[in-house]
Amino acid sequence: MKKEIKFHLNGEEVVAEVEPHWTLLYFLRNVMKLKGTKEGCGYGECGACTVVVDKRAVNACLYPILEVDGKKVITIEGLSKPDGQLHFIQKSFIEEGAVQCGFCTPGMIMSAYALYEEKENPDEEDIKEAIEGNLCRCTGYIKIVQAIKSAKRRQQ
Amino acid sequence: MKKFDYHIPKSLEEALSLFKSLENAKYIAGGTDVLVNIKRKKESPSHLISLRNIDSLKVVEKKDGLKIGSCLIHQELLKIEEIRTYYSALYDALTKLGSKQIRNVATIGGNICNAAPSADTACPLLVLDAQVVIFGEKGTRMVPIDDFFEGPGTVAKEESEIVTSFELPSFPKYTGSAYIKHTRREAMDLAMVSAASRITFAAEDQSLLRDFLSSKGVEELDKELKNYPLFVKEARIALGVVAPRPFRAKKAESCLEGKFLNEETLREACEKAAEEAQPRDTIRGEAWYRREMVKVLTKRTILLSVKRAIEMCS
Repeated sequence: MKKEIKFHLNGEEVVAEVEPHWTLLYFLRNVMKLKGTKEGCGYGECGACTVVVDKRAVNACLYPILEVDGKKVITIEGLSKPDGQLHFIQKSFIEEGAVQCGFCTPGMIMSAYALYEEKENPDEEDIKEAIEGNLCRCTGYIKIVQAIKSAKRRQQ
Repeated sequence: MKKFDYHIPKSLEEALSLFKSLENAKYIAGGTDVLVNIKRKKESPSHLISLRNIDSLKVVEKKDGLKIGSCLIHQELLKIEEIRTYYSALYDALTKLGSKQIRNVATIGGNICNAAPSADTACPLLVLDAQVVIFGEKGTRMVPIDDFFEGPGTVAKEESEIVTSFELPSFPKYTGSAYIKHTRREAMDLAMVSAASRITFAAEDQSLLRDFLSSKGVEELDKELKNYPLFVKEARIALGVVAPRPFRAKKAESCLEGKFLNEETLREACEKAAEEAQPRDTIRGEAWYRREMVKVLTKRTILLSVKRAIEMCS
C-alpha cells in the first residue's frame, strides 16, 4: 500500500506516493529519474549512492524512503546552478583530474559537499574521514583528496 | 528488496502496541544492519517499526554519570564532550565505527542490539559497566550489559521490548579507558580483533599519578611502571570478535585488580586474556594470529588507559 511523503529535493518541494519498502536510492533513480546517484554495492559499503539528507552524508541505498518525509535532500544534480554552472567541488574534480571511470565521483562529491557544509576549512584528516565510506577502485584517492582540498581556493 | 510495511510511531507506547498488533514485525533504528539483512535475505519482516522519531530515545543526561538514549546516532555521540573526556574507550569506538555515512544514521542501540561479536561499541560499554535500560509491557527494567549479550545476534530481551538508553556510572578521575580495533585497512572494515580496557587507580595514588612522567610515550610506560608502584583498584578488560559474543576477560582482570601494576602483572593479564579468547579461523584472520593479537591489544589498551588516567590527574 502506497503512502504519501512530502520533502525537499534539491530545493524543490516534492509530494509523492511511495511504497514503504523503497529506499531513497530506488526512489531517486526509478521515480525521479535522477541517475546521478549510483548504486554500487547496495549494502552501505561503497558510498556510490551518497546523498545529503539534512546536511548529513548518508547512503541512499540504506535510507528508508518514508524517513525522508519532511527532510531536505540534496543529490549530485542539485549542486550546479540552474544556468549549468558547476559547484566549486565539481570544478575542482575536473581540474585536478580526480575522475577516472567516474562511478564513485557523484558519491565522493556529495561526501565532500557535506564536509564543506560542516567545516569551512577542512584539513587533510577531515577530508580522509569524510570519504572513508567512499570506495574508488581506479584512482588510489590521491587526486580525489587533492581536489577536495583545493576546492575551497576555486570558490574564491 | 522484499516488500514490507513501514511504521513511524512517535512514542514508545505506540511502538510497543504496534509491535503487539502486527504480525512478523521488527524494530528498526538506523537500519544499517536491518536493511542489509533484509537485502541479503537473512530476515524478512512484514512490518518495520521505526524508532527514529521517538524523542525519548534521544536523551542525554549528565548527572551521576551519563545516560545516553539508544537512538542517538554515532556522529551525535561524538560531539558529547563527557564521552571524549570520561569515557574515552567509547569515544575511540565511535570514531572507528563504519564510515561517516554509517555514523550519520547508525545508532548505538542498534549496534548493541544487533550484537555482532565485532560490534564496536560493545567492548567499551562492557568495560564502562554500562546498564541497559529496557522498556516493555511490564514497564522498564535494567540489565548490566555483561548479562545482555547472549551470543551472535542474540540479546537478553523479548522481541517486543525496546532498549531505551544506556547508563554509564561516573568514575573517579584517576580512571582511564581505551578501545583498539585491529583491522586490515584503516577505514570501513570490521575488526579482526578488538579490545577495550579500563583501569581505575586508588585515590591515594593520585599524587603518584601526577608525578608519573606523563611526557613519556605510552610505549615506554611499561618500563617506567617498576619505579611507580601503582595500585589498581578496578580493572576491566573486554574482547571482541574472539568469542561468540563480546565478553569480559575476567581472569585477566583479576591479574590486575587489587594488585600493583608492573611488567609482571601486565604480562600475566595479557596472557590470561589470550587464554580466555576462543578465536576461530575466518576469512578476516586466523585463530593463532588473533590470539597473539589479543595479548598485544590488551597490553596497548591497558597502557593507553593508564596514560589517560595520568593525564586526567595532571
